[in-house]
Amino acid sequence: MMPDYTPAELMVAAAAHEIADGEVVFVGMRLPLLGFQLAKSTHAPDAIGVYELGIIREKPAPEPILTMGDLPNLYKAQWLSDTADIMGMLQRGLVDVSFIGGAQVDRFGNLNTTYIGRPEKTKTRLPGSGGACDLASLAKRHIIIMNHEKRRFVPRVDYITSPGYGDGPGWRQAVGLPRGGPSAVITTLGVLRFHPQTCEMVLASVHPGIAPDQVQANTGWPLKISPDLVETPEPRAEELSAMRKFDPGGFWTGD
Amino acid sequence: MNGPKLLSLKEAIDRFVPDGSSVVMGSAQETLIPFAAGHEIIRQRKRNLTLIGPISDILFDQMIGAGCARKIRCAWVGNVITGSGYNFRRAVESGQLEMEDHSNLTLSMALRAGALGVPFLPTYTARGSGLFQTNPSLKDVICPFTGQILTAVAAIQPDVAIVHVQRADEHGNAHMWGNAGITREACLAAGRVLVTCEEIVSPDVIASDPNRVITPGFRVCAVVHAPWGAHPSPVPGYYNRDHQAFLDYRDQSLTPEAFAGWQSGWVDRVRYSSEYMALLGEERIAQLSIKSRALSAPADFGY
Repeated sequence: MMPDYTPAELMVAAAAHEIADGEVVFVGMRLPLLGFQLAKSTHAPDAIGVYELGIIREKPAPEPILTMGDLPNLYKAQWLSDTADIMGMLQRGLVDVSFIGGAQVDRFGNLNTTYIGRPEKTKTRLPGSGGACDLASLAKRHIIIMNHEKRRFVPRVDYITSPGYGDGPGWRQAVGLPRGGPSAVITTLGVLRFHPQTCEMVLASVHPGIAPDQVQANTGWPLKISPDLVETPEPRAEELSAMRKFDPGGFWTGD
Repeated sequence: MNGPKLLSLKEAIDRFVPDGSSVVMGSAQETLIPFAAGHEIIRQRKRNLTLIGPISDILFDQMIGAGCARKIRCAWVGNVITGSGYNFRRAVESGQLEMEDHSNLTLSMALRAGALGVPFLPTYTARGSGLFQTNPSLKDVICPFTGQILTAVAAIQPDVAIVHVQRADEHGNAHMWGNAGITREACLAAGRVLVTCEEIVSPDVIASDPNRVITPGFRVCAVVHAPWGAHPSPVPGYYNRDHQAFLDYRDQSLTPEAFAGWQSGWVDRVRYSSEYMALLGEERIAQLSIKSRALSAPADFGY
């Protein structure tokens, strides 16, 4: 039987589940915009949304938005301000969780959204960091959302736009990062987390209908699998209806 | 009071953005992007500019495609709702642009250092990242108080900041509201500020609320009346974001030939705001306009 939700809806619900009630959330572009709106209207009504262009919200935007600068996202905001103030809150440790998207990720959660190949002779130039480097450097934890393909899940990224755990344990502290690191990677196939001792990515959950072998086949290194591997929960009916209210045209969550 | 600074867009860009200038634009991020000013820069065939901005949405992609840029000091260049900026990609991949890769925070710090008149500011961001390889404005620095290692971000003082705002008087006093992004530091760091606005109002309107003034008017070199001058980006209180224009632009910039068609239709054949609005058409303008007003309570500045 075909599920009554799209793969993107499952990913948005998984992203929303990473937000605990009352947390300060640095909301990124694209799917996380919807994930935050969903969390706010279901299990995390007291979460606070922080947006890098200078917006803090305690209520979801009243109408669907495609970017964080759409006017409904400014309407009755808790605060409209400057990027440096918002980023300053992040830097001094006031942000619990942030969300970023990626083009290329490695087994220590380092993320590349800038150069495929060597920077001086790049094969593919991607848009760059935006705020992603800052979110990965400074939030208490961050969550990566991306497509799960072998060319994207590589042993070592070509360029670190947004630092994960570098080359392993102790790296973040050694380079001078104050805290944090990736806590989850939500993909089109499953959810991966990081081993507390080795800092290596571990498959923690597979989406319904996906086998662990399929995840391995789309990962560019021998992937560790959690002994507690579970199936990603399907989005509940009230979550689907909330998502469809915030994305009525299926711009982010359509097939 | 300063003398009148009201100029046509053509004259303002001609006088204050010479070839080779460093220009900060799109400083509010997704909102209030000065597209009309960028299009005039394209029409005047400005060359060898250094473009400075956090994300710029598609504006810098357009200016790069038109051959205006030599150097990019940005955190992100692309199309926010579709991803890649194709002119930017082509230019970087063929080695035509000098790149300085920032994050939103490092660019904000660079301009804030410029605004404060100090050579650098420290931050914890970007430690261990590739940005150090592709941004000579980032170096390690040891804190003299704690001994910690931090990122030093070198100051940027652009030749000119171009900002689009809701309303201004003809002397350069300008009200902007909504999210500010890095606009305040961009204006204070720049050598001069060029304002484009939706409405020209009397000086009394601006003076009635000095808290809403985006930068001191004495530093503004020119004021341009440019209604719909931020389209397709949104302007709080004036119009919503035109998502369809950004979706269309993706296809209109996929190849150099497609982009030449876009530039011809939307830039080169347009001379004034009125012609741009006619091109948009009444139906689209009505569709994007503010549907329900939400006015703030007045603030009392009496004594």
